[in-house]
Amino acid sequence: MTARSLRRRLGAAWRFLLRDKKAMVGSIILLVLIVISAFPSWFTPDDPTAEVYNPGVGLSWAHPLGTTSFGQDVFSQLMAGTRQSVMIALVVGLISTVLSVLVGITAAYSGGLVDDTLSLITDVILVIPTFPLIIVIAAYTKSASFWTIVFVLVVTGWSYGARQLRVQALSLRNRDYLLAARARGESSWYIIGVELIPPMTSLIVANFLGAALYAVLAAAGLQFVGLGNVNTESWGTMLYWAQNNEALSAGLPLWALAPGIMIAVLGSALALLNYAFDEVSNPALRPVTTRRRRKVAA
Amino acid sequence: MRFLVRRLGFLLIALWAALTVNFFIPRLMPGNPAEAILAQFHGRLNPSSLKAIEVALGIGGHQNLLSSYLEYLRNTVTGNFGVSTSYFPVPVTTVISRALPWSLGLVGISTVLGFLFGTALGAVAAWRRGGWLDNVLPPSFIVISAFPYFWVGLLSIWFFSLTLNWFPTLGGYTETATPTLTWGFVGDVLWHAVLPAFTILLTSIGGWILTMRNNMITVVAEDYVKMARAKGLRPRRILWQYAGRNALLPNLTGFAMSLGFVISGAILVEFVFNYPGVGFLLLQAVSAEDYPLMQALFLLITVAVLVAIFISDVATALLDPRTRSSR
Repeated sequence: MTARSLRRRLGAAWRFLLRDKKAMVGSIILLVLIVISAFPSWFTPDDPTAEVYNPGVGLSWAHPLGTTSFGQDVFSQLMAGTRQSVMIALVVGLISTVLSVLVGITAAYSGGLVDDTLSLITDVILVIPTFPLIIVIAAYTKSASFWTIVFVLVVTGWSYGARQLRVQALSLRNRDYLLAARARGESSWYIIGVELIPPMTSLIVANFLGAALYAVLAAAGLQFVGLGNVNTESWGTMLYWAQNNEALSAGLPLWALAPGIMIAVLGSALALLNYAFDEVSNPALRPVTTRRRRKVAA
Repeated sequence: MRFLVRRLGFLLIALWAALTVNFFIPRLMPGNPAEAILAQFHGRLNPSSLKAIEVALGIGGHQNLLSSYLEYLRNTVTGNFGVSTSYFPVPVTTVISRALPWSLGLVGISTVLGFLFGTALGAVAAWRRGGWLDNVLPPSFIVISAFPYFWVGLLSIWFFSLTLNWFPTLGGYTETATPTLTWGFVGDVLWHAVLPAFTILLTSIGGWILTMRNNMITVVAEDYVKMARAKGLRPRRILWQYAGRNALLPNLTGFAMSLGFVISGAILVEFVFNYPGVGFLLLQAVSAEDYPLMQALFLLITVAVLVAIFISDVATALLDPRTRSSR
């Protein structure tokens, strides 16, 4: 890709962000969370693990979200926990997407027996309920570490994207410009990398966001039931400790509700961006603007 | 017919894959923890259940892989899962059969309700394109579907049970009540089911709304819908009997796809509410290191999801002639 076409693409992406409210809100939230997870110490007034304050304090200036029943500052824990959720979202999203692209495009491009085999594997993994499987694997590994969680989520999370990408690649496979590239005698790598993948960008991005969202929710659920490493700082583990100490009935609802709000905020950001990219690849879904409506009425 | 045979074949392959994964997980894990737990029960288990558990969990180590694999398959098909170690000496199948009706009731009803409401709302939103429903529903449910199921459960416990005191916080029924088939007990069960069902409904309905809306937008632009309008048919009739019917078909396939996702969420919802279903039992088995029960529950949940997917495939084939003719 030349520098000029790259600049044009980036310009188009920037204009899309400015125009689409959903994409705008989603990317601002995501950016803020990435900054927090890169520099958590800027946002944590206190050591997140230190058990040094009065336990079970409600809202105050010193503790904007109160303290836990161990005497830790909830707000500091929340900021420190951002890193793990954001990391899991990005790492699982990235690896799953690469895997989806590899499997989906190999299947569509090769056709025949390769396609049949890969599609069968994809479909089987797609229908086996993943969360019970994750629970069983985590139960055998005992307190799953970060990379165990990443591994399990990638293994179970790539299939949906692979299926979607295969369908789109199949529909592109016999377009004229691809047949022309083949007739010119271009190599398969050139055809796939330069002709086939670029038109699928918005679907690939949507898949990245979907996989990241799945990873955030599944990892949080796993840590919430105590199958993660309960001594690390993350929103899921905060929920685990809050639940184990009956934070809700002990009158400390913020301890249990705040980490969930953060998960929901990260999840919503990913989902909003995902939806916006869906509208890019399917223009029919775009919101009807007032101008267009008026034209229809007239 | 050809379509159904293909789907049945796929069902069997998926079942076999799940069984095989289940067989290899304990064998691939470094330092199989099931070994230590089962050691405590030596001499107290009858030989047949001990053998079944050893074969399923890959312990004992006195057999080759192939013969224990075959024996594991035979045990699974005949329902011999051995004995639960946390409810010793009750067989795994008995423990599961006590939890199953609770999950079927809770998850089954809330999933079907979610599908029906979501589909209807999505259809209406797409029909009145640009109306208030179409502007409000999609963005709000994009946000809601990003909430963790269990957290919505925690929130509703905090708000509806602890703050407002409207519903009980935990359990499937009042602990002092004896399970009988009286109006009083049934009412008690329903009263306990409201919050967990509401949680599952709220978090799963967004998916149905969005997919139905998107299908509907495509269908409404089709020529036969324009034709129906030109004939002057009543809008309500076009909405439900012309456009809605056809937009529903892809959603039915989507129903099968997302079922696994809903089940996963329901496991955590049952955990939050201590609801005496299969999901709660699975997590209890994990914390009690009851490996035989855990493996059997994973299989049961998988089989349930696969069978439900097959049923929705059959329904799609019955309703949509195109799926029958293609491939």
